Amino acid sequence: MTEIPEHLRKRAEAARQKAAAESEEAAVPAPAAAAPTDSRIPAALLERSRAAKARQEGGEEAASSGGGGVAVAERPTTSIIAAPTGTGGIPVGAGPGGHTQRLLTVVKSGSIQEVKASPIDKVHTWPHLIAAEFVSALALTAFITIFSIFVNAPLQQLANINKTPNPSKAPWYFLGLQELLTMFHPMVAGVTIPGMGLFGLMLAPYVDKNPSNKPEDRKFAISIFTVFLMFWAVLVMIGTFFRGEGFNFTFPWRDGLFFDL
Amino acid sequence: MAKTIDEKPRLTAKDRANRLTGNMKGSQAWNSIFRPGSIFRKGYTDSPRNRSYVIMNSVLYHLHPVKVKRHAVKVSYTLCLGGLSFFLFILLTVTGIFLMFFYRPTVANAWQDISNLQTSVTFGLLVRNMHRWGAHLMVLSVFLHMARVFYHGAYKPPREFNWVIGVVLLMLTLLLSFTGYLLPWDQLALWAVTVGTNMMGYTPVLGTQVRFVLLGGVEIGGDTLLRWYVLHVLMLPFVIVIFMAIHFWRVRKDGGISGPL
Repeated sequence: MTEIPEHLRKRAEAARQKAAAESEEAAVPAPAAAAPTDSRIPAALLERSRAAKARQEGGEEAASSGGGGVAVAERPTTSIIAAPTGTGGIPVGAGPGGHTQRLLTVVKSGSIQEVKASPIDKVHTWPHLIAAEFVSALALTAFITIFSIFVNAPLQQLANINKTPNPSKAPWYFLGLQELLTMFHPMVAGVTIPGMGLFGLMLAPYVDKNPSNKPEDRKFAISIFTVFLMFWAVLVMIGTFFRGEGFNFTFPWRDGLFFDL
Repeated sequence: MAKTIDEKPRLTAKDRANRLTGNMKGSQAWNSIFRPGSIFRKGYTDSPRNRSYVIMNSVLYHLHPVKVKRHAVKVSYTLCLGGLSFFLFILLTVTGIFLMFFYRPTVANAWQDISNLQTSVTFGLLVRNMHRWGAHLMVLSVFLHMARVFYHGAYKPPREFNWVIGVVLLMLTLLLSFTGYLLPWDQLALWAVTVGTNMMGYTPVLGTQVRFVLLGGVEIGGDTLLRWYVLHVLMLPFVIVIFMAIHFWRVRKDGGISGPL
């Protein structure tokens, strides 16, 4: 089950201590009233209810002695008549001064449910969010369509397994890995490093225990991630633009591009 | 007779059009399509109540709540990157379905089909270009979305697991792009995939077997083409849709998008 919130537990603790202190106080003047059980009903109230019960029994006796065999039928009549006159006693279950209702306790809403103090500033999804999404989707479609009218996707010669192009390059997003291949053993470059990278990415939220999302509180995390991103970006750039024939280093402005999307 | 015509002015074209729209919008068919609250219903007015109904009574309710935090609507916070990645996925699905009508994944036909698509199919070249550039853009936008989420600390509790799902989505996006890379069956496709899958072979213990299963043999050939085609058009989209559904659902369950900073 759910844990009891801290503030509720403290409040209950305080109430219990207060009740214990009161019952001790009450025990001194009226030892008979304070029952040996650890009842939390104040002694004064117990006394009052006992008195009321005694009075009621007395009234009942009076009614039954008068009405004889029809006591059951007459009892309500007695109390109804008695109430407004005030002379025949107090109605059944009434409190002091003839009040028929008692306020037991006031429960504040915050003590049962934690109410969020500050309301969140919200706007309607329609039209505010939907409009923004629609416009950005339209803009992207327009961009891709216009770009596609002017720039054609490459279609080189038919695949030939016997004719290796020089250089052979992976898709651009894997060129960072291919770049690592020039420095490390294939297992390290192709499996260990990217595997650790992905694993590290997945673990990031569990490793980073800093609760703040403010940039000024997260200098270390931001630095690490920026280094990580730049590492890959630079490797991809080198692999894309600065590798020519035989995957040797080259300058794009000297030997041209060895790269197709 | 002439007098009656004069008394009853002839309806203008605009009046007729209005009456026609009114009748159409009042029809049972129309009202069965557009649920109460839809902006296309008769008598839609802009009120807070109707703004809520637009979302609540439409399929959009699966994606968006009725209200969002005010700062979440700011384009400068999210740059729309997650939404645009999703939109690109839809765009790629639409253009991809078009391409499927003209493509056979066999060594004998694949390249020729693409070539014919570009030269003799109406809009074939344009749609292929859109599919290609859209795919590259999606890889880029998913990367940027990840960076944006990191820099805003949006992966922190309670959103840790959604970040993990996001990393999985990034990998699936790369795999979708990579499997699609082979399909034109030109020199670029063949050798980029050769470089990529050679690295896979260096995975410890399982490397050779995984490579064999993916290629359908020891080297790239007709079986590879068919396998990667099925992966590209059926299996990976199926898997990525499931992960996207969880991703979007978690965004809402974790309390909407993060922030403000």
